[in-house]
Amino acid sequence: MAQRPISPHLSVYRMTRYTLATSIFNRLTGVGLSLGLPLLVYWLTAVAGGAAAQVRAQHLLAHPLMKLFCAALIVAYCYHLVAGIRHLVWDTGRGLERAQSHRSAWLVVAVSLVLMLLVGWCAFAAGSRAP
Amino acid sequence: MTLRAPLRRVLGAGSAREGVRHWWLQRLSAVALVPLTVWFLVSILALPSLDHATVAGWMHGSTTALLLILLVLTAAWHSQLGVRVVVEDYVPAPGVRTVTLTLLTGAHALLAAAGVFAVLRVALGAPA
Repeated sequence: MAQRPISPHLSVYRMTRYTLATSIFNRLTGVGLSLGLPLLVYWLTAVAGGAAAQVRAQHLLAHPLMKLFCAALIVAYCYHLVAGIRHLVWDTGRGLERAQSHRSAWLVVAVSLVLMLLVGWCAFAAGSRAP
Repeated sequence: MTLRAPLRRVLGAGSAREGVRHWWLQRLSAVALVPLTVWFLVSILALPSLDHATVAGWMHGSTTALLLILLVLTAAWHSQLGVRVVVEDYVPAPGVRTVTLTLLTGAHALLAAAGVFAVLRVALGAPA
């Protein structure tokens, strides 16, 4: 097999740069959300299993560690959603100038923080029916 | 440096025209997941309670069931594409990498099938 070019690895970059931070967080939150997929399927399966199965699932979801996991999923989802939209805008060829990318990085952080607070409040604070 | 494998050169084969396939499917699934995930979150948070009767009643609706199936399939697909790139980037040993990718692809297929099956069981079952 011919020797093929490989992409430069993590260690060649300066890790404190916002460009790198926004990128690696998008990847980290993406991997985190992949761990949420089994949870979604587990919950759907519990609903399909009938009332008793769902009571067991709700009981498990009420455990503090699972609540923490759900909170982490909300944080990951809000960031991945907003950062992902930034990537989709880039894919159209827009916003790639250095000043624009700097501005959109902060916009991503600000908007996702607001979303996290909003969704977190709706899920955990508003009413007592939170999972 | 040529990017063509020796076998390709011998066969005189050109590009398979699949170079952007992974990239494009990841974007398509990303665009689809924006409305699907927002719909799911808003719907779940808007339910008056999460007890079985309420949730099963909600999942029994045709629109809800269809959107849930789309959500599970698209999320599994997007997740599989994303996790694959991470493994390809950080697992250099070919053997370990192939085994990891195989297991992850299998896990995603299993989750997608189980999710769709669960939604169908509720949607096609007796009304809650």
